[in-house]
Amino acid sequence: MKGDVKIKVCMGPGGIAEGAADIIESFNKELNTTGVKTAIENRCSVHKVGCLGFCAKDVLVDIIINGNKTTYEQVKTGMVSRIVKEHILKGNPVKEWAVGEEYHNFHKKQVKVVLSDCGEIDPEDINAYIEVGGYEATRKTLTSMTPEETILVIKESGLRGRGGAGFPTGLKWEICRKKQGEQKYVICNADEGDPGAFMDRAVIEGNPHSVIEGMIIGAYAIGANKGYVYIRAEYPLALKRLIKALSQAREYGFIGNNILETGFNFDIETRLGAGAFVCGEETALIASTEGKRGMPRARPPFPAERGLFGRPTVINNVETFANIPYIIKRGSQWFSSLGTEKSRGTKTFSLSGKVRNSGLIEVPLGISLREIIYDIGGGIEGGRALKAVQTGGPLGGFIPAGFLDAKVDYESLASIGSMMGSGGMVVLDETDCMVDIARFFLRFTQAESCGKCTPCRVGTKVMLEIMDRIIRGEGREGDIDLLIKLGTQIRGSALCGLGKACPTPVLTAVNHFRDEYEAHIKDGRCPSGVCEALSKDER
Amino acid sequence: MGEKIDLDRLDKILSPYKNKRGVLVSVLQEVQEEFGWVPPETVEHIASALKIFPSEVYGVLTFYSLFHLRPRGKDVITVCTGTACHIKGSERLLNVLRKRLGLPEGKETTADRKFTIEEVACEGTCSMAPLVLINERVCGKISEDELLSKIDKLKIESGT
Repeated sequence: MKGDVKIKVCMGPGGIAEGAADIIESFNKELNTTGVKTAIENRCSVHKVGCLGFCAKDVLVDIIINGNKTTYEQVKTGMVSRIVKEHILKGNPVKEWAVGEEYHNFHKKQVKVVLSDCGEIDPEDINAYIEVGGYEATRKTLTSMTPEETILVIKESGLRGRGGAGFPTGLKWEICRKKQGEQKYVICNADEGDPGAFMDRAVIEGNPHSVIEGMIIGAYAIGANKGYVYIRAEYPLALKRLIKALSQAREYGFIGNNILETGFNFDIETRLGAGAFVCGEETALIASTEGKRGMPRARPPFPAERGLFGRPTVINNVETFANIPYIIKRGSQWFSSLGTEKSRGTKTFSLSGKVRNSGLIEVPLGISLREIIYDIGGGIEGGRALKAVQTGGPLGGFIPAGFLDAKVDYESLASIGSMMGSGGMVVLDETDCMVDIARFFLRFTQAESCGKCTPCRVGTKVMLEIMDRIIRGEGREGDIDLLIKLGTQIRGSALCGLGKACPTPVLTAVNHFRDEYEAHIKDGRCPSGVCEALSKDER
Repeated sequence: MGEKIDLDRLDKILSPYKNKRGVLVSVLQEVQEEFGWVPPETVEHIASALKIFPSEVYGVLTFYSLFHLRPRGKDVITVCTGTACHIKGSERLLNVLRKRLGLPEGKETTADRKFTIEEVACEGTCSMAPLVLINERVCGKISEDELLSKIDKLKIESGT
């Protein structure tokens, strides 16, 4: 064996669930056995890394010898010994266990910005991040740019909020910058509550320092000295890695007092969510950060004017912040060369459901759904037919198979009745029932309604009762129109973003799959055989 | 219920937070971490330490789904009911589980406090759908039979 060997084991959500910790232990054990230990001396190291993306084939292991990378898929502890003996010691990769064409196709159309270091570096080691250029952007901003210049770069990059609404980030910062007031805050929204979305979890678990850096730069730009990360309690590992990253950043002087001896002070605290979906809405998130019931309030005033404890506050999503250091390092022109005219850059998506290659992906905005599902995702499981794609979670909509060539950007998805959302993308096939899944989302939003405004509190309840009776086989003539009427009214009159958008799954399902609703109501039949009360094979 | 709450343990949690603002959610999280749930007897104590009304404490406790106002079982089975898990049969998993443990919908913990069933809206591990966590350990792509055999094993271990 010659040269340096690096073993990188995927410890993303999928990797951990498939037993990545045991794989790391096996490698360490194997490398320490007599014979192996003397042969490799100290030139081989085992690292845990964040999500490698191709979760369908976890556990993924990268073995890099002198810069040559081989990736193994579906690694089990029993395979470790042979990989060490043949590949690491003799230099012959175990070909039958290495990733194949599918893995390469999965990556071919992806462009990685936010995820560029995720899966490459050990997320619990700040030095690993610094080695790949980490904290250079912080240094550059704090030592050579004014806050106004910083805002200008972000404005020129065209970056828009990745939480789903797509508000221009630079403009948000500028509004907050211009607001008078000594005390200002920066909040990172890591309350990733959409079922079927795990991008933010993967970013924090895979590269927490990029998010911290984005927050430091944002704080400098608006003039804040205090930041909070509001993180979902269901993500204990993300929280653990974030807290570790914060303490390392403090130790290295990237947060705290007199950062890099520039006189700029900024520190970050974490706040743990407690299981309320509505807290992803920014005014509810602020209320929750203040220790109160997480209920939204009317806007304006927007948080940039009156936010946490009544002070000007910038709230951005995890992915938005994670983009910032890369934009500062590589320039606004580079960033705006990616994506489309109105939707610059890339977007991460959690691809799941009935797609063959589920996983975490990052694509340039403007890519088509077809490319995502068929080229990256490898098509539908079991060769079945695609029925629809659901984007935007419980507040987004269904996009039927006929719209596969639609572009994935803020405007295009909105124009076909869905939304970008934070990045959940669930693929549905012909065996899925569009009444059942619409009810699933409605049940979720109804349960999560905070109860403050009547349209959402009562309206979703009534809509759910109608959906329930349709599924029980007791649907009535006129129910479809009633759903549309109610949904449209809620959309126009609810207080917050959650309330306004919660009829979307039902409305888009009715719009594109009305025949399925009619079959349930008029023929007493569930065409996909999902709804038990209406299925023929009932025992 | 009915056990005495050790107020010393509670005071230890409360002392660094006294008279601070915006800390109620964090305080309740620590209380739950310590006791496994938030016993009703703690509410007035917390309220007076933070100089707020007990109703505010109750308001927050009942708003967030992760606060438990009842003691929980020794073994906690969490069924992920996120979108990917839903279309891969999480509802069936939940049904067979409830049946096996004799817990109808709306009831979370068995009378002997051995088992608690809970739902989570999404674990963020969608490629492993359907997913169940048994005492926080992830069991991915799990079938109804596999789940039941794991439950039966736990039942034997705990002597039910």
